[in-house]
Parts: sequence; structure tokens; C-alpha cells
Amino acid sequence: MIKVEGLTRVYGAYTAVDDVTFTCEPGRVTGFLGPNGAGKSTTMRIMVGLTPPTKGRTTIKGVDYHDLPNPGRTVGVLLDASAQHGGRTGREVLTLSAMTMGLPSSRVDEMLQLVSLSPSEAKRRVKNYSLGMKQRLGIANALLGDPEILILDEPANGLDPAGIRWMRGLLKSYADRGGTVLLSSHLLHEVEMIADEMILIGRGKILAQGDRAALLSHNTKVETLATSLDNDGLSAALSAKGIPVVPAGEGLRITAEPVEVGRTAVEHHIVLTDLRSGDGGLEELFLQLTADTQREGVVA
Amino acid sequence: MSTATQTPAAPRSTAPSGIPFSRLLQVEFRKSWDTKASFWLLFALGAVVVAAEFIAAIVLAVNGDGDTTVDLGTFAGVAGFVCELMLPVVAILLVTSEWTQRTAMVTFALEPRRDRVITAKLGVALIWTLVTVVFALVMGVLFNLFYGAVGGSVTWTGGAGVVGFVIVQCALMLIGFAWAALVLNTPAAIVIYYAFWFAVPTILGIGNALIGWFDSFSRWIFFQQATGPLYDGFWNMSAGEWGHLIVAVLIWLGAPLLLGLRRISRAEVK
Ligand SMILES: Nc1ncnc2c1ncn2[C@@H]1O[C@H](COP(=O)(O)OP(=O)(O)OP(=O)(O)O)[C@@H](O)[C@H]1O
Ligand SMILES: [Mg+2]
Repeated sequence: MIKVEGLTRVYGAYTAVDDVTFTCEPGRVTGFLGPNGAGKSTTMRIMVGLTPPTKGRTTIKGVDYHDLPNPGRTVGVLLDASAQHGGRTGREVLTLSAMTMGLPSSRVDEMLQLVSLSPSEAKRRVKNYSLGMKQRLGIANALLGDPEILILDEPANGLDPAGIRWMRGLLKSYADRGGTVLLSSHLLHEVEMIADEMILIGRGKILAQGDRAALLSHNTKVETLATSLDNDGLSAALSAKGIPVVPAGEGLRITAEPVEVGRTAVEHHIVLTDLRSGDGGLEELFLQLTADTQREGVVA
Repeated sequence: MSTATQTPAAPRSTAPSGIPFSRLLQVEFRKSWDTKASFWLLFALGAVVVAAEFIAAIVLAVNGDGDTTVDLGTFAGVAGFVCELMLPVVAILLVTSEWTQRTAMVTFALEPRRDRVITAKLGVALIWTLVTVVFALVMGVLFNLFYGAVGGSVTWTGGAGVVGFVIVQCALMLIGFAWAALVLNTPAAIVIYYAFWFAVPTILGIGNALIGWFDSFSRWIFFQQATGPLYDGFWNMSAGEWGHLIVAVLIWLGAPLLLGLRRISRAEVK
């Protein structure tokens, strides 16, 4: 179990992580989601003692990371797959970690096989690895000590589709067997598929957290997207009822239930060619919540 | 790439025991030669020592006509020049490569007690210094024998010089290590070390020559001068000489090492 309490990290005048509190439970995959620069990596670095926090604390199974006797056997960490010595071979990288943790070298072979790095690839120097190969090596390194907790920063980065699916299965089964998994991403679809629990972060602050249903209940905005043969007429009819309407692409974005839009269309004999709920599920929620923290400005 | 169907063993929940220091030492030792760059640096160190001894022996044999008497220190001194140049670089790379290659992220995640890792690195640097020094001394003995065999005059004295040589080599290596820990940057640490070893004595020498009172000040910071008496046996050193030595070592080695360790233990690793 990972516990983060009131975590804050300030760089000069900039607060990269702002009073963040959450818990990652055993048996669950927790997704850490947020746009670029939201503070995900910083939070994860603090968790494993690589960055000192300005305020607050994180504990792993109730103790400070620094007080874990052989942390690699408890927590598997992948923060940056490219943070490896380019002159070492993949096998050498794992061998050093295995030696530090006191593991037999047979464990290195097991892990290489697990992440599908062939013996000849394992003999290559890391500087000649592709992005995906480095990522696989990083995942192998995190799993090496057979830890009960995994902290992975954008683990799918650079993996091919088959690799992403494989990793999804791996993490799921890991959690099913009682492991705690925290993984970050800025891609909603990636996290949505495996995470039991999601934490949304933007500009260092937690915006929402919970499982899928809990998150969707946040989304109180009722919206409908409609296209008709007479958009102007429909727009005028809805406005007359006091319903806000804005043009959106080929159609209209209407702040009302689809049923209300349908009824108005029937009343005015307007033919609808498309009518759907515009809440957009989690993606819409994600964009909404992070709207003011997005680089691309207003999205909604 | 085909995707393996195998999964890792079920996550355990037994508390693992800590990492013994001997294991950290072993890991750091392995890191000191397991890349092409570090391997060839060590190899070059050995090769240059042999080459320098060989050249010195030839020069002595040709020039000396057997008149020049060589003792243990003669050939060790030749090796010393090579060691002074290269050993500190070995020590510097032990520290800075973790930063330039960013492996510190993995190293310190696996052992968050950073001082233990740095101490292990220091141990490895000492091991390599001793290996090099012993190698240089063995070479010295061999060349002494060789020089004697070709008719040169050899004495087996100079033990005090050898002891001084060992101490100074260790200190120089540590100075490289200390500055590397402070600046955490390979070229900067190497430049600082060479400046310390070549430029500072020259500048102090000029100061001594031009300014009357300068000498009484510079002897506290002039490392080469302060370590000079070590070659005549530290057991023969006067209190004043000890004072100069201790202050010079504190300035060039103690201060940067302490500040460097502090910096490493607090630094954000990313
Ligand atoms: N040493 C530092 N000095 C100043 N600002 C920093 C420093 N380290 C991080 N930051 C800032 O903190 C913020 C959070 O960065 P972080 O790497 O945690 O983001 P992230 O959520 O991982 O983003 P991404 O999805 O792009 O990986 C960024 O704005 C970054 O510029
Ligand atoms: Mg990041």
C-alpha cells in the first residue's frame, strides 16, 4: 500500500506538486493521470526518495521509503527508461540490480524472457536499444526483485500495440494476485483500460479521484450534440425555449437532455440527422477538469 | 517481438533483509570496469605504467653506464607520475558517471541511504589505487632486478619514499573523488583536479618568488610542498610539517569531500 499525505513540492516560486493526498490499495491498479507538466513524475520521484518533498510525506506499507531495508524487493520502480548507462548491455544493467538486491543471476534470465528481450538483444549495449526495448528493460528492472508494489511512470511509452496489451495483462494479473500498482500516463485511454482507480492531477493539484463510476458522477454537465437539415431553425426553436445553443462543427451543442432536443425537433418538423449525448464520458471529464491546466487553452 | 505468456511469481509479503555493505562494494566494483570506457581507462593506466617504467629503465641503462644507483623509489617515482595523472580520473568517473548517465536514479532507488553508496564508491577508488600502486611497486622491483642484471648499481633502500608514495597517491585519488562529488560533472572535476595539480603550484611558486611574505601563507595550501616530507617518512616529520600537511589536506580534500557528500545526500536525482 502506498500512502501520500499532503505532499507539496515547490521549485522556486513554482509549486509543482500542491498538497496531494491519495492512497494506492493492494489488489488494485491505480492510474495517475494528468496533462504534461502536471506533477506526476515529481510525485513519483518523491515517493521513492529521489526528490525531497517540501511538505508532507509518503509511506510504503506504513514506512518511509528510506527505511525499507532492501527497497528493490518491496517496490519495483520505473521512472525513466532512458536513465541507463548507454555503455552497459541490457543484461549487465539487470545483473547490477540483481546483485544489489541479492538475487541469483537466473532471475535476470527470467526477467529478460518475461519482457521478450532475446539473448542477442540482451547482449547489445543500451545506447543501441530502441525506445521500446529500453522500456522493456526498465520494466524488467522494476519486476526483478519480485516486489509487491509497482511504481511505473508512463510504462507504455514506446511500446508497440502488442507490448501495450501484454503489459496491461501483466499489471492486471499483478494486482489480482494482491500487488499494488501505480502507473502514470497522460493518455486517458491507456489508463482507462487497466486502472481500477484513477487519480486526476492538473498543475500539481488533485482534480478528482475514484473509480470510473465515481468519476463520471462528477460530470453534472448535461449536453447534447445534434445535427439537422435545418440547424438555424432548430437553434431558433431551442433558444425560444430558453435553452442555450452554440454551433459546433456541422451541428449544434445544446445544454439539455437529448430527449428535449428531439421533442423540439418534432414540434417544429425539423429532420434530425444526428442526435447524441455530449457528456463524452471520461474523456470529456478529463478535458473539462484540466481545461484551465491544458496548454491548448479552452477545449469545452 | 513475441510476447511471453509467463508471469512473475506471486508478490511476496515477507520482509526482506537489508543490503550488506560488502554487496554494495561488490556492485560498485563491478560498475568500475563494466563499460568500455571505464575498462579501457583502467587498462590504459596499467599499460602506461609499464611503458613508462620501460622507458625509464632504458634511459637509465643507456645514460647511466651503470653509474647511477637506483633504489626502490626510482621506478616507483616514474609510475607515480602516471598515477597522479590517471588515478584521480578513475575516481572522478566513479562518481560523475552516475550523474551524466543518470544511473543514479536506479542506484539510489535501490539503496536510498546514499552515503552508503558513496562510501562503497570511495572503497572501490581506494581498491583501484592500491592495486595500481602495488602494480607500480612490483614493476619497480622487477625493473630494479632487470637494471641490476644488466650491470647497474641497485640498492634496496627507499622504503620511506615508497610509504610516502602510497599515501600521496591515495590522497590525490581522494581529492579527485571529493571534487567530483562536489561538482558532479566529469569535465569540470577533471579540470579542477589538473588545475590543482599543475596550475596552483605554478601560481604559488610565482607568488613565493615575487612577494616576500607569501611563502609563510602559501605553505599552508601548497599541497606538493606540504606532502614533500612524507617521502622521507612520516615518522620523521616535525610538528610544523604536520600542521601544514593537515591544513592542506583539509582545504583540498576535507572541505570538498564534506560539501560534496552533503550535496549528494540532498540532491534531487532525475
Ligand atoms: N528542478 C525543477 N525546477 C523547476 N521546475 C521543475 C523542476 N522539476 C520539475 N519542475 C516542474 O514541475 C512540473 C511538474 O513536472 P513533472 O515532470 O512532474 O510533470 P509530469 O506530470 O510528469 O508531466 P509529463 O506528463 O510531461 O511527464 C513541471 O512544470 C516542471 O517544469
Ligand atoms: Mg512525467
